[in-house]
Amino acid sequence: MCGTENRFVEEIDYGTPAVKSDKTVTLTVDGQSVTVPEGTSIMRAAREAGVTVPKLCANDMVKSFGSCRLCLVEIEGRNGTPASCTTPAADGISVSTKTDRLNAIRRGVMELYMSDHPADCAACAAGDCEMAHMAETVGLSQNRYGMDGANHLAPAADDHGINFKELDVSNPYFAYDPAKCIVCSLCVRACEEQQGTFALTVEGRGFESRITAGMDEPFLQSECVSCGACVQACPTGALQEKSVIEIGMPDHSEVTTCAYCGVGCSFKAEMKGEEVVRMVPYKDGKANRGHSCVKGRFAYGYATHKDRILNPMIREKISDPWREVTWDEAYAHVASEFRRIQHQYGRGAVGGITSSRCTNEETYLVQKLVRQGFGNNNVDTCARVCHSPTGYGLKTTFGTSAGTQDFDSVEEADVVLIIGANPTDGHPVFASRLKKRLREGAKLIIVDPRRIDLVRMPHVEASYHLPLRPGTNVAVLTALAHVIVSEGLFDEAFVRERCDWDEFQDWASFVLQPENSPEAVEKASGVPAELIRGAARLYATGGNSAIYYGLGVTEHSQGSTTVMAIANLAMATGNLGRPGVGVNPLRGQNNVQGACDMGSFPHELPGYRHISEDATRAIYESLWGVKLDDEPGLRIPNMLDAAVEGSFKALYVQGEDILQSDPNTHHVAAGLEAMECVVVHDLFLNETANYAHVFLPGSTFLEKDGTFTNAERRINRVRKVMEPKNGFADWQVTQEMARAMGRDDWNYTHPSEIMDEIAATTPSFAGVTYDLLDREGSVQWPCNEKAPTGTPVMHIGGFVRGKGKFVRTAYVATDEKVGPRFPLLLTTGRILSQYNVGAQTRRTENVVWHDEDLLEIHPFDAENRGIRDADWVKLKSRSGETSLRARITERVAPGVVYTTFHHPATQANVVTTEYSDWATNCPEYKVTAVEVSPSNGPTEWQEDYDAHAKKSRRIVHVEAAE
Amino acid sequence: MSHDKKFNSGKQHLVYMANQIATFFTSQPGDEAAENVADHINKFWEPRMRRHLFEIIERGGDGLSPLVLKAADSIRRPQAA
Repeated sequence: MCGTENRFVEEIDYGTPAVKSDKTVTLTVDGQSVTVPEGTSIMRAAREAGVTVPKLCANDMVKSFGSCRLCLVEIEGRNGTPASCTTPAADGISVSTKTDRLNAIRRGVMELYMSDHPADCAACAAGDCEMAHMAETVGLSQNRYGMDGANHLAPAADDHGINFKELDVSNPYFAYDPAKCIVCSLCVRACEEQQGTFALTVEGRGFESRITAGMDEPFLQSECVSCGACVQACPTGALQEKSVIEIGMPDHSEVTTCAYCGVGCSFKAEMKGEEVVRMVPYKDGKANRGHSCVKGRFAYGYATHKDRILNPMIREKISDPWREVTWDEAYAHVASEFRRIQHQYGRGAVGGITSSRCTNEETYLVQKLVRQGFGNNNVDTCARVCHSPTGYGLKTTFGTSAGTQDFDSVEEADVVLIIGANPTDGHPVFASRLKKRLREGAKLIIVDPRRIDLVRMPHVEASYHLPLRPGTNVAVLTALAHVIVSEGLFDEAFVRERCDWDEFQDWASFVLQPENSPEAVEKASGVPAELIRGAARLYATGGNSAIYYGLGVTEHSQGSTTVMAIANLAMATGNLGRPGVGVNPLRGQNNVQGACDMGSFPHELPGYRHISEDATRAIYESLWGVKLDDEPGLRIPNMLDAAVEGSFKALYVQGEDILQSDPNTHHVAAGLEAMECVVVHDLFLNETANYAHVFLPGSTFLEKDGTFTNAERRINRVRKVMEPKNGFADWQVTQEMARAMGRDDWNYTHPSEIMDEIAATTPSFAGVTYDLLDREGSVQWPCNEKAPTGTPVMHIGGFVRGKGKFVRTAYVATDEKVGPRFPLLLTTGRILSQYNVGAQTRRTENVVWHDEDLLEIHPFDAENRGIRDADWVKLKSRSGETSLRARITERVAPGVVYTTFHHPATQANVVTTEYSDWATNCPEYKVTAVEVSPSNGPTEWQEDYDAHAKKSRRIVHVEAAE
Repeated sequence: MSHDKKFNSGKQHLVYMANQIATFFTSQPGDEAAENVADHINKFWEPRMRRHLFEIIERGGDGLSPLVLKAADSIRRPQAA
């Protein structure tokens, strides 16, 4: 399974997309009989019959176009030589793909192409150019036209050169060489149909027609989002990864899973030796279906960045420089410190934080180390600060702490309601799949304080945008319910059958109360009542309605209530239990779902079973041979509180940067500073490591085997394609730590054995094995006897908890209020090119798109404060202040400002507060009252912080002792 | 404004969080609000937090909502540290 035999993953290109139809047709292709759905192209039917028709301008990701004239075929009884990509298969026809006539035509066509193709095409030589392949396939051996005359190859002294365009290397990741382009338009169609950005076009006519980005701009200046779909589609090497140009073609590859957002795209990691040549989206990947975004496709350079720390380090005090040590020294040091601290301060004085970026297997081991090794439940994960309310809210209402659908479901949605999410930036591949469905006619409702791109962009226009004031989600959602109930738009049959009818009636009477009417809610939310009414009617009556939401829902003091309000809406309108509908949390990090599933919360064992359940504890007690604590452990904010109080002294943090990502930086710093042994296990000396005593180097997703579970509960394989640069996968490091602490019962030799333990102890994972994942590609949990290949859509025919539970969702205004001193509301989010705290993406070329965090402010608010675009401004809240540059934009409403948190220099969390969700303590990142004023540059605190960070990152290198 | 600065102490924060929980369950139907508050705290609050809560209650429960005080009987007493 972890064998090192090299393979190259080849995918079949069927030439044109699959067609869905109830009817089939049967034809023969070169004598082979084949039956295909009606509407299938002859090209695809031929491929299914095992016959490959030569082609350049077609692939099975985009609609056929019929421009290259290579795929011509003859059909018995019909005239001419139609293009097989644009001609539908018909019942009873007999198709020939290889005749002398066809061969002659194809050779003629290829000869013309090659007469205008660079003789020194590097892509041809490298084997990455379909032109060379096709020339060979059709038997082209001559060029009777020569290279003289009008062409696209070089600037000419005479006006023949008008067709020449310069090489465009503006994009950091790919080059566009127009000389190699045959204007087949595959890139244009990929940009339109796969990505949905419409950045590319064919300009000019006839011989003068050229592919251009934007308004004939360099790619980087155009609206191109660098998803890579055009590069993948290009058959000629005109669009090519710079890495291929630099390194050459890959010689082996493996299918693996992206380590960025919760979409969990499958990629082929294409390698040359130990080096990644490129990441190519995998068509069989069920989350992404062959598409990608700039992060997963291109931003993997952090894996080999010079900042990576490859040797373990320790120091006595956090003011000391780091000292490199051997792994054994580091393990021994951690073990003795944790033992000392537990002896001195009690068993509960230590804990761990699991990573939503690491694999399920690694996460499972960290919580096992805490529960079995430390003997307490002080384990938490970054989901605390993002989707913990999703877990609470959906478990309460439906019975399962997860989204209800797969991503394919969006293809059957008629109405999509997006609240508190910005998919084109945060979950771009899902956004592309959504935009495709919107272009087919689905309607869109957006509930967001900002005018996010999806409100209006090429070929997308939301039917409704409800620009609510931050913090009023519950009021607006309950008002939507008010309209649905008062106008009788609910699905009574569904509710009576699947939900508790009494609870529904109570809820209905609650939402009908006058304070929940759109008119009443308009005052608090600022959303015109008519918009609320219109949106509610569309959601309730538009057919299959699906809700997608993000951290704009959860990161509020009423985050859990908002999730339940969303669940109420879906239940009331019967939008659950089938494809095209449902409640879909868009998860932030690649494995945040998995981290939650694996028992990372202090009150839950794997599979969301409460620690107080005797039967569940008994399973682990007998397997692990210890008595487990039946009390919930400390959550991240509690750990910090307890540290400041003096009762919590040591923390093992795997793959998390709590100093940068958690609210109220001053409080986090104080907590960390009060601890006696902070162990950071990460790729880089992150911000948290400034307060660490031990640093254990981590490994990237390219360097280990394992699984990630994405937002649709899909368990995807992560496959090792290179040796860990630091020497060990993260699961191995955790294991060695456990062994150093005396747990010599830890003897895993491969992550598949950890998954076997998970499956043996967790009912929803009972059927999961690496063999199954290799066979099926991926499965969605629950995966067990009842669902041997997983569960794409949940709650079919009934809810996991039995009857769906309606919960009253009374609106409680946050105590974080604007006033004279802090008159603006700050909300936070992400942008496309950066990811989370930026530890990875800042160490890639993605910085060309976003090299600093900017504060978006409405022109009205800016003018009142004398702020001009790009000015430095001071952002001040009751918690703290920071400085950054302003961007003046109408995307934010007056009274609202917005920023990202990708850069440590900005430290946006210096200003966020300690208010948190009532149920889960998920911090209220999305609402902070602030004032903005002109400033000269970074604040004193930022400068101090920067100096402190530089000081705390000093490393004393010692010569390796042999 | 009372919320014009951060919580001065962990205890103030704890009182605030307990009251937030009480506010939610007060809004729910039925007469089990106190039990629900206690159940929520038992499920999610680690012993140290519950110990602090009892200390606050024993000192008069200053700032705690009446529902939290009513729930106190059903909140599991942590074992001595």
